[in-house]
Amino acid sequence: MAHSQADVLAGLAEIVNDETGIATDAVQMDKHFTNDLDIDSISMMTIVVNCEDRFGVKIPDEEVKNLNTVADAVNFIVSAS
Amino acid sequence: MTKKIVVTGLGATTPLGGDVRTTWNRLLSGQSGIRTIEAEWIAKHEVPVTFAGQAAVPAAEILTPQEIKRLDPSSQFALISAREAWADAGSPTVTPERFAVEYSTGIGGVWTLLDAYETLNERGPRRVLPMTVPMLMPNGPAAAIGMDLAARGGVRTAVSACASSTEAISNAYNRLQTGEVDIVIAGGCEAAIHALPLSAFAAMHALSKRNDDPAAASRPYDANRDGFVMGEGGASLVLETEEHALARGAKIYAELAGGAVTSDAYHITAPDPEGSGAARAVLATLAQAGATIEDVKHINAHATSTPVGDIAEYNALKRVFGDLLASIPVTATKSSTGHLLGAAGAVEAIFTILALHENKIPPTINLDDQDPEIPLDVVTSPRGIEGEKALAISNSFGFGGHNAVVAFRRF
Repeated sequence: MAHSQADVLAGLAEIVNDETGIATDAVQMDKHFTNDLDIDSISMMTIVVNCEDRFGVKIPDEEVKNLNTVADAVNFIVSAS
Repeated sequence: MTKKIVVTGLGATTPLGGDVRTTWNRLLSGQSGIRTIEAEWIAKHEVPVTFAGQAAVPAAEILTPQEIKRLDPSSQFALISAREAWADAGSPTVTPERFAVEYSTGIGGVWTLLDAYETLNERGPRRVLPMTVPMLMPNGPAAAIGMDLAARGGVRTAVSACASSTEAISNAYNRLQTGEVDIVIAGGCEAAIHALPLSAFAAMHALSKRNDDPAAASRPYDANRDGFVMGEGGASLVLETEEHALARGAKIYAELAGGAVTSDAYHITAPDPEGSGAARAVLATLAQAGATIEDVKHINAHATSTPVGDIAEYNALKRVFGDLLASIPVTATKSSTGHLLGAAGAVEAIFTILALHENKIPPTINLDDQDPEIPLDVVTSPRGIEGEKALAISNSFGFGGHNAVVAFRRF
């Protein structure tokens, strides 16, 4: 099932908030997971798995290292769904 | 030269209360923290023992959702108690490199381990939480405290079953004596009220089976005692050199006068019936405290309410104190809290400190018919402690033949 970019961003923001406590409105497309949001690699793995469950997509481990910004993640999920 | 070590902060979350004050007040009024466990896993696994001393205030009511998610329940209790103790000590500004943590657990992150195994079985390896290892490791609680309060002088975890947190306090004493650090948070935590540990302790006939009357199940020294009752929680003490405490104008609860650890090399679970190892631990503690048996005015006993354990401890005490023992007021506070395993020693250290500081020995409840083989002066309603420099000791013993004793002196 295809998801819109807005849906994925909103869903990702909820997942990030749930895992890290970062406010959902701080999760913007231009934000870098590490540099801006201070999300560590362990939290990132949990976020990835929760995204897979929520959006019904598969995010391969080798792809995770390319997901540097919120936009990277949103665009990958939109195209994979 | 021996330094004087003092206690300047206390924190605890226990089956009696979510903080030291509530716990202490309920203890003094003779309440029990033991209740039937309201959880679906009791029926699901047909756990033979259906009650325990669960934390009076769930950690989720105190910590953030993210802290709950990233910490095993044992570490959650550790953090809650350490923050309370640190605040109680006045949230001092310290040199991080001269601030250490000595914090124990008996069992470690058993909920995390078993939940992860269930996830592995049901949903596969990719769904196992990446935080599983740091959450289950036994040094996790100590590390969580060290990170939270920025302790960089060494974070250590003594693991010696039910003697763990008394050993941690003893280790903190020694660490402070070296002069390497000025201040230490010491204590212990446990969160093992789960179907597996309950079933395993029940399988070895260590637990009381008084399912129909939980509040009366933990009954140290009573002729009808039939085993211990599991408890959970965490307790922390802020310990520092007297010099450091006075320099910052800290309030002082008591002096930590000494602590010692010995081992039985007798049996993996049974206490040495002669109690020689436990007796050596008491004597070594008194020697460190520069005290004699006449100085001991109160004993907070290990006394878990098992038929053999309570007698073995009595024999050890008799060995040390002889005829003097009959005149020393003893209390067994596990009658109210249950047995918090790796947290027990730290919880009971706090009770011993407050007994000296507030001049009130907390009562032993459920002592309806004292075992004639244990003719101790058991305190059943709050009682004072005589002596400006009164000394009180707290004992803890653990599977593996571990004996740990600490002594506190009125300050």
